[in-house]
Parts: sequence; structure tokens; C-alpha cells
Amino acid sequence: MAEVILKVENLQAHYGKIAALDGISFEVGSDQIVTLLGSNGAGKSTTLKTISGLMSASAGKVTFFGEDITKLHSHEIVQRGMIHLPEGRRIFKDLTVLENLELGSFTLKDDAERKRRIKDVFDRFPRLGERQKQLGGTLSGGEQQMLAIGRGLMAKPKLLLMDEPSMGIAPLIVKDISNIIRKLHAEGTPILLVEQNSKMALGLADYGYVLDTGKIVLEGKGSDLINDENVTKAYLGVGES
Amino acid sequence: MLHNSMTEKQLYANIKSGGENSLFTTYEIIFQQLINGLIQGSFYALVALGFSMVYGIIKLINFAHGDIYMTGAFISFVAFSIIASFSEGVVGVVLAVIASMLLCAAIGFSIQRIAYKPLFDAPRLSLLITAVGVSLILQNTVMVITNGQFMFFHSAIDNMAGVRFGENIGISFLEIAMMLITAVLMIILTLFISKTMWGKAMRAISTDKDACRLMGINVSKVIGLTFMIGSALAAIAGGMAVIYYGQVHFFMGYIIGMKAFTAAVIGGIGSIPGAMVGGLLLGLLEAAGTQLIGSEWKDVFAFGILIAMLIFRPNGIFGKTTIERM
Ligand SMILES: Nc1ncnc2c1ncn2[C@@H]1O[C@H](COP(=O)(O)OP(=O)(O)O)[C@@H](O)[C@H]1O
Ligand SMILES: [Mg+2]
Repeated sequence: MAEVILKVENLQAHYGKIAALDGISFEVGSDQIVTLLGSNGAGKSTTLKTISGLMSASAGKVTFFGEDITKLHSHEIVQRGMIHLPEGRRIFKDLTVLENLELGSFTLKDDAERKRRIKDVFDRFPRLGERQKQLGGTLSGGEQQMLAIGRGLMAKPKLLLMDEPSMGIAPLIVKDISNIIRKLHAEGTPILLVEQNSKMALGLADYGYVLDTGKIVLEGKGSDLINDENVTKAYLGVGES
Repeated sequence: MLHNSMTEKQLYANIKSGGENSLFTTYEIIFQQLINGLIQGSFYALVALGFSMVYGIIKLINFAHGDIYMTGAFISFVAFSIIASFSEGVVGVVLAVIASMLLCAAIGFSIQRIAYKPLFDAPRLSLLITAVGVSLILQNTVMVITNGQFMFFHSAIDNMAGVRFGENIGISFLEIAMMLITAVLMIILTLFISKTMWGKAMRAISTDKDACRLMGINVSKVIGLTFMIGSALAAIAGGMAVIYYGQVHFFMGYIIGMKAFTAAVIGGIGSIPGAMVGGLLLGLLEAAGTQLIGSEWKDVFAFGILIAMLIFRPNGIFGKTTIERM
């Protein structure tokens, strides 16, 4: 691992009085895809929400490029280049594909640069270019996922947090999503990938952590975890291909 | 100035009230009611916009919004009485309304920050009750200042000067100016909402605040801006009402608040084009109702439309989302 860019230490988070994260620690390096696995309700989404500032941590520390960002607001964290693609894609259904992308670069002042980035996204995802005038809500699930990724790329992320990009996507398209993630990583974007689909995630990741009821119970290299029967049996169920 | 034209104004008012007067031909009546409807509709639309924008963004039926219109009227009145000492013509009036617009934007922003923001995560009912409280505060403040009296406004603007079509019908320059101002404001707002990043953020926030935060949008700033724009528009409507009707009263925001809410529901609450169309439509329907049923039934007619809309088409003309029950 080249340089640690995200460091999470003893992170705790609560919904009301109920603890959802019970002190978790992990790291993401500048050249890595790191995955956070776990069954439904394990606390994966809560982890991402707490890191990106949508939720406040009740204890612990998040460091991003050496800066303590634990107490920052989401919009401030975005300005530092951490982009969180939330679970369920959350594209703006009543806005056009183009408007969705533009909002992805909200913090950018330079309109010419915005246009260049939109062109890059359309080169990467030609389908979005063809559908740029359509409302986001009219896209298929796979296209919406591309739009969500494209919208994230509009901010030129220094770290991408992806929450279950394979959720609700046809198995055939899951392969496309995997390829997109692999390509982004090859181009130099570090990724923290949250998945229930452990087979897909471990196929991509350099390193993985397994989360169970708010605690990290296992960690290891992707290739090791994938062959560890305990992982798939005890914590992950069977990955849905 | 105003005094000289009083008799003419009364004649004019007679035409405006729908005149059960056989002196006027059907064509004249229709034309006059069309003008009346559009003028009244412009007021409704300008106020309805703030209602709808705020509802769209924080799902609050802002009961205090009609009182921002009243406050806008009152501030215009006060500002003009100060400015009038050196400029009592059109320039003075315009300056007074601009001052009122800026002040009301600041008031709307502060109300949002102080009264509403702490309750964003509370049940909607708390917010609604707070809005009723804010409404009472605004009304009572102006009531105390004005002793609960009507304040009469006299400017050098002559509401009689205008274009006449035949003997009995016409449209005053003031009315033309008011409709133009409304149209220009609507065009500017539409461009802002559809073309600028902040306008797009405003629309996006109404569907998904957290997703907006993850885009680097400072959601509370955008909500603040929404309140400022809505309040400024209501203040302009209030300012125009002072000039047009010549009076201010602390309770004048109540009925128009209800009417603007009706207009917003007709158009589809939360929808900006809906508020524009709904406002103009309600103005025209009321004018038609006044003519056909009688002006004393005007409000019954308007609220009848509201009830019918809520029963048969609660999403309005442009609305998509279902209205939550309070
Ligand atoms: N908004 C919420 N309010 C209360 N509890 C929640 C909320 N969101 C999640 N939880 C609870 O927190 C725990 C972790 O949830 P989550 O992080 O969404 O899990 P995952 O993403 O791994 O499926 C679960 O027990 C879940 O029921
Ligand atoms: Mg989740």
C-alpha cells in the first residue's frame, strides 16, 4: 500500500440510543480497492454515511489525507475530494441526465471544465450521452447506476465510497459494473467498496473487511478471503453471483 | 392627485366590481373581468410561488407566507412615506418596493433560521404550528405599530391614466406595469430554476437532500435562499397591492395567503410553473365567478375550487407527488 489516504479509528455511530457501529477501524491506501462486506444490517451503509458526514460519529476519528474530517459537514468533505455514492443510487428522478451530472460538479465554478468533465462521462458511458435530455427516473437500473457513477466522477474524486453498486442490478450488468470499477481503479482512483455480493467484491478488492453487527470480525487480502469458507458461510451468506 | 380622480375611480371600481350595470356590453364586461382576473391572479401567483417553493423544499405549508406579503406592503408604505419627502413619483415608489423586497428577503431568511430550522427533524406538525405562530407575530407586530387601523397610501402615480378602449373599458398604465413586472419576475425565476446550478440544486433538494449533500451542496444555504426568493416575491406583490389598492391593514395577508395556497394547490403544490399558472387561473376563475354569481360569493367560490381540487385532483395540474396528510 503506497500511502494511507483514509484512516478510520474506533468509529462509533448510533441511531438514537441504538449502536450501529461499535468501534471499527480500517484503512484505505491510495492504490487500493478495499471492500467492506457483511450481511444486511451489519452496518456497512452506516459506516459510509458516518465517514462522509451524513451522520455524525458518536466516537472515533476519520482522517482523510492527513486531515481530521470527523466533525466536518458532508458538503465540506465533498470539497476535499471524497465522493460517496449512496446505496440505491439516489439519482434525481425529476431532473434530466445532464442536470444530474452537472450537479455532481456543484462545487466547481469553472463552466468550461464542467463541460469537459461531462464529455468525459459521455465518452465513458455513451448510453448517458444518448439519453442526456431524458429524466433520470426514466433510465433502467443499470443506466441509473452508470449515471450515479458518472455523477460521482464529475467531482474528480480522490476517493470513491461505493455502497452496493450491484444492488438491484441484473446479473449480466453486474459484470459491467465490476469492469467499470476495475477501470476506475486502474486509472488511479482509490475505492472503498461496500457490498453484500461478496463474490463480486472480493474479485475486485485488494483487501477486505467483514462487518457483523457493527464490528469488524475478519479481515484479509481479497484473494485469501475469497477462499475462506468461514467467510462465505458465517457472515456473507451465498453471494448472488 | 388621487383626490381629483375620485369620481372617475368610483366609476372604474363599479366596472371592476362586475357592475350589475346594464350600461356595459357583454364584450366590455368580459374584457374588464379579464383584466381584473389577470391583476388579481398576478398577486396570487407571486405569493403562491413562495408557498410552493417552500413546500417543495421542506414540505412545510408556510402559514406565515401571507403575512410576509402584508409585511411587504407595510414596509413599502413606510419606506415610501420616508422617501416621498424627496421623490414622490414613480422613482420613489419603485425605491420603496425595492427596499421592502430586500427587507422581506432578510425577514424571510431570519424566520427560517430562527423559527423553522431547529425543527427540520421534528414532526411536520411542530413546524406547521410554528408557522401559525410566526404568522401571528407578524400580524400583531404590524397591528401594534398601526394601532390596528387602515393606513392609506397616496403616491403621485395616477391609476386612472392608461389606455382606453371605448368609453367604459380600459387598462391603466399601472395595471400594465404590474402585469409586466409579474411576467418579468416569472421569467427570471424560471430561468434561475432551470439554468443555474443553484436553481438546479433547489429542484434536486426537493427530492433528495442527502443526495444533494453528497454532491457538495450546502443544503441549508439553498433552503435559506429559497425563503429569501419567496419572501422577496411576496413583498413585491405586497408593495404593488399598496400602490394599487391604496391601503394597508395588518390582516390583509390572511385571505391572500389562503388564496395563494389555493393557487399553489391548483397548480400542484411544490411546482413552480404550477404556482404561476394556478395563480393566474384562480384570478381568472374568481373574476368569472364574481361576474356570474356575484362578488359577495368570491371567496366561497375560490375555496370551493380548493375543496374540489383537493378531492378530485390533489396533485394539481403540474404536481407529481401525493400530498401528505397533516
Ligand atoms: N435510519 C435508521 N434508523 C434506525 N436504525 C437504522 C437506520 N438505518 C439503519 N439502521 C440500523 O442500523 C444497523 C446497520 O444498518 P446499515 O448500516 O444500513 O446496514 P447495512 O448497510 O450493512 O445493511 C441495522 O441494524 C439497521 O436496522
Ligand atoms: Mg446498506
